[in-house]
Amino acid sequence: MEDILKAFEPPVNPNIPELRTGDTVNVQVKIREGNRERIQEFRGTVLFVHNNGANSTFTVRRVASNGIGVERTFLTRSPRIAKVIVERHNKIRRSRLYFLRERTGKSARLKQKFN
Amino acid sequence: MFKGLIGKKIGMAQIFDENGAAIPVTLIEAGPCYVTQVLTMDKQNYSAVQLGYGEVKPKRLTAGELGHLKRDGLNLPPLRYLREFRTKKIDLNAGDQVTVQVFAVGDRVDVVGMSKGRGFQGGVKRYHFRGGPKTHGQSDRHRAPGSRSSTTTPGRVFKGARGAGHMGNDQVTAQNLKVVLVDPERNVLGVCGSVPGAKGGLLIIREARKA
Repeated sequence: MEDILKAFEPPVNPNIPELRTGDTVNVQVKIREGNRERIQEFRGTVLFVHNNGANSTFTVRRVASNGIGVERTFLTRSPRIAKVIVERHNKIRRSRLYFLRERTGKSARLKQKFN
Repeated sequence: MFKGLIGKKIGMAQIFDENGAAIPVTLIEAGPCYVTQVLTMDKQNYSAVQLGYGEVKPKRLTAGELGHLKRDGLNLPPLRYLREFRTKKIDLNAGDQVTVQVFAVGDRVDVVGMSKGRGFQGGVKRYHFRGGPKTHGQSDRHRAPGSRSSTTTPGRVFKGARGAGHMGNDQVTAQNLKVVLVDPERNVLGVCGSVPGAKGGLLIIREARKA
């Protein structure tokens, strides 16, 4: 029974690397306008990753104009996601970065992790 | 054409449609079913198709059940579940096979199953009674049902009054579900939305009455 469930899971997108909380990412989302398809970028910090097999999601936060925070949750296996580029890993001490919501400007920065 | 199947609930999954929207689907292992009997207006005074599903060892059935499947030159495998489908459009004969291919993507179906048994439950869970106040000196009244009836007249509780009792394990129909997936190779049907019962529970899939 479990095997049948597995057989109908959407395929893993090979263009999404392993994401970690705190990563600065560039998510390229396919957008359909009429018959045309184009790619829209969403750049920001991964607030948290929800690993749940085929139903996995990750949430990215970016600060839009006027300092308004925008959070977007993506389904990891969605065919609408063309590609995810990890631009840098950041040093973090917790798995869910809810505290970033209350911070703006300099205090909302994360330190880069090199390895 | 007659459309109906007996199946088993596999579980729920999330799939994406051609626009990339995620849809919740329940996967049902349905069929292959066999027509075990055709009931007609002339003989039984109502018209229906009896389908059989679920092959088992012959020793799991009684001689009567086996005889029903082997009568009149029929040579059907031993089938565990037999269910009747009331229908006026009978275009099948006893012995025919019915598979998931009777349904196509986009069809509307009703799915009948037995809901999960909840055991003996109070009125709060069973009928959404509000229970008593949580504070103001209340004790032992938090999930109490309150009054069940009036005073000396009528002096009794009316039959059918809602209250605590056995909950679940009832026949439930999920109406008008959209078929989003048909896999003849695996005998799997996918419908949009949830379906009554536990995984592995027996389900009856028929054409939607209110499509």
